[in-house]
Amino acid sequence: MSNNLRIGFRFLTAKKRAMLMSLACTILGVGLFVVTQATTSGFKVVFLRTLLGTNGAIRVEDRIQDTMRSMSAPGGSDFQILQKEGVQYIEGVEEPRRVIAAVREFTNVRGASAVLHGNVQLTSSFRSTDAQAYGVQIEDHLQVSDLAQQIAAGNLDNFRRSPSDVIVGRVIADRLQLAINDWFTVTARGESRRYRVAAVFETGVRDIDRARLYVDLSEARSLLKRPSGASFIQVSLFDPNQAPADALRMTEVLSHSVTPWQKREEVWLGVFDALQISSGITVTVFTLIASLAMFNTLAMIVIEKTKDIAILRSMGYERRDITQIFLWQAGIVLGIGSALGALFGAAVTFAVSQLPLSITGIFTTSTFQVAWDPMHYFEAVATAVVMVMVASIIPARRAARLEPGDIVRGTAQ
Amino acid sequence: MSQTRPQSALANRGDVVLRCTGLHRYLGEGEGRVHVLRGVSFEGERGKVCAIVGPSGCGKSTLLYLMGLLDRPDDGQIELNGQTVSNHDDVARTAARGAHIGFVFQFHFLMLEFTALENVLMPMRKLAKLQPAEMEARAHALLGSVGLGAKTHRLGTQLSGGEQQRVAIARALANEPALILADEPTGNLDVKNSAMVFDLLTQLAKENNQAVVLVTHNPEIAQRCDLTRPMRDGVFV
Repeated sequence: MSNNLRIGFRFLTAKKRAMLMSLACTILGVGLFVVTQATTSGFKVVFLRTLLGTNGAIRVEDRIQDTMRSMSAPGGSDFQILQKEGVQYIEGVEEPRRVIAAVREFTNVRGASAVLHGNVQLTSSFRSTDAQAYGVQIEDHLQVSDLAQQIAAGNLDNFRRSPSDVIVGRVIADRLQLAINDWFTVTARGESRRYRVAAVFETGVRDIDRARLYVDLSEARSLLKRPSGASFIQVSLFDPNQAPADALRMTEVLSHSVTPWQKREEVWLGVFDALQISSGITVTVFTLIASLAMFNTLAMIVIEKTKDIAILRSMGYERRDITQIFLWQAGIVLGIGSALGALFGAAVTFAVSQLPLSITGIFTTSTFQVAWDPMHYFEAVATAVVMVMVASIIPARRAARLEPGDIVRGTAQ
Repeated sequence: MSQTRPQSALANRGDVVLRCTGLHRYLGEGEGRVHVLRGVSFEGERGKVCAIVGPSGCGKSTLLYLMGLLDRPDDGQIELNGQTVSNHDDVARTAARGAHIGFVFQFHFLMLEFTALENVLMPMRKLAKLQPAEMEARAHALLGSVGLGAKTHRLGTQLSGGEQQRVAIARALANEPALILADEPTGNLDVKNSAMVFDLLTQLAKENNQAVVLVTHNPEIAQRCDLTRPMRDGVFV
């Protein structure tokens, strides 16, 4: 053990109350940072997981066509220049197979599924409701969504057995009082057809669960009178965080409008960011208070140790030794405080995750949602390092500046 | 043996450990500024014990702190082992202090969270001239020589005033300094302990051919020194 560390450790442990005060500040700082991050991120993670598992990471939609204008040379010449004027969006994907083949060339792409959707009206024996039929090839769509995990009743084999079998959202099923294998009528473009409930899905997102039913793609083409093309291509990625970069490249390569989930869900992401900033402000205020308490504690230790500083200086200890001794004290508090703070944060996070909390609407959960992310602990410790170092560097430097002659004479400032 | 006489008459150049020439020191600021030392010159010799005496406020302790490089003179020069150190930067003066000077203060100034042994080890660990085992052996020997061989592992708080001052003497001798400076080393002790501490200090210093300069109010202690230098109003008289 280094000599300065040994002295710092002994100084610290001799002042138990001051040490416990500093430790408590650090433990609370780290712990609360972890808890606020875990709770704020928890709901965001569940929300994003729900949306990515339902709507995919990227959506390839309307084809982009450049619009051109021509400029003729004056004097009746035939010479003309064509110049790009703007872009025009042509609704839907005209050649989904070619687009899917091109999309699959991207290394980050996990799967791609053509979706054809259109407005329909559903009628059961009890009542009617408007909905959107989503025509999908189920095997493709399972690669780009969590539909298999979202099945709340029935099963996908029922869906595969016949084009007349469909999967309806939980809210639709409840509203129309539909059970598995019940028949109901779907009306689209003036034509009505009978379909059977093969399964009921529940994403937790009310807007989806109350308005969506999945139909086999071929059946949807017939129902919606769209013999070719798709409304959009839903794409899933191995790394969803790369979606904006991939979307940009896809736009260039495919000449289609490509929207990453970050753009698609920016309103909700903005809400979560605001919540995170709000909790960040709370944590920052607490951190500042903790820093002040710690600064006070360390400054008091320096005042109480002026005599020892004079002794050490008289024995040949340099100013930098004195600085090191007090920084070691801060380092010890930081090390122990960070470790205990992380454990405290983890314990509180676990306790919070057990709290019952029923939420449906933007996602479904029955307990308080938390995120277990090592980055939260890293960020908490990094914040503690800054907090402790800022709080300790001034007292440590003040200790080093003390003149030993002034101390023994009793005139140290 | 106690007498007052010009030092230059007895100083052999090779024996001089410390030489102060024309030291001036002001303390305080503005209207409260006081000219504490007014051109003081002094020599400390190996194997000699010199007492600086005088009334409170005459500048004895201020002179001692200047000699110990704990403070800077406003004017004048300090040589330690033939080298001028008064103008050196803080790092060099601190290094010189650690290697060549030992201090004994009036109020013991032990580090109370540490044992007697650790207090004596403290200057040796900083100088790091010896191996750890050698340091420990030397610390044990020094504590034995001041009669505390059986109390090496007691904390400062578990020692009496006299014992603490003996530990302070052992600590002052730890790095075998050429100069030992003592500020009222017996000022806080009873008569019996005062005599014991003074005897120990002078005996060990003489055995090791070290110069001792002590500031004292105690006339009995001053009388037993090789040399007494009375001070008044910032000058030797």
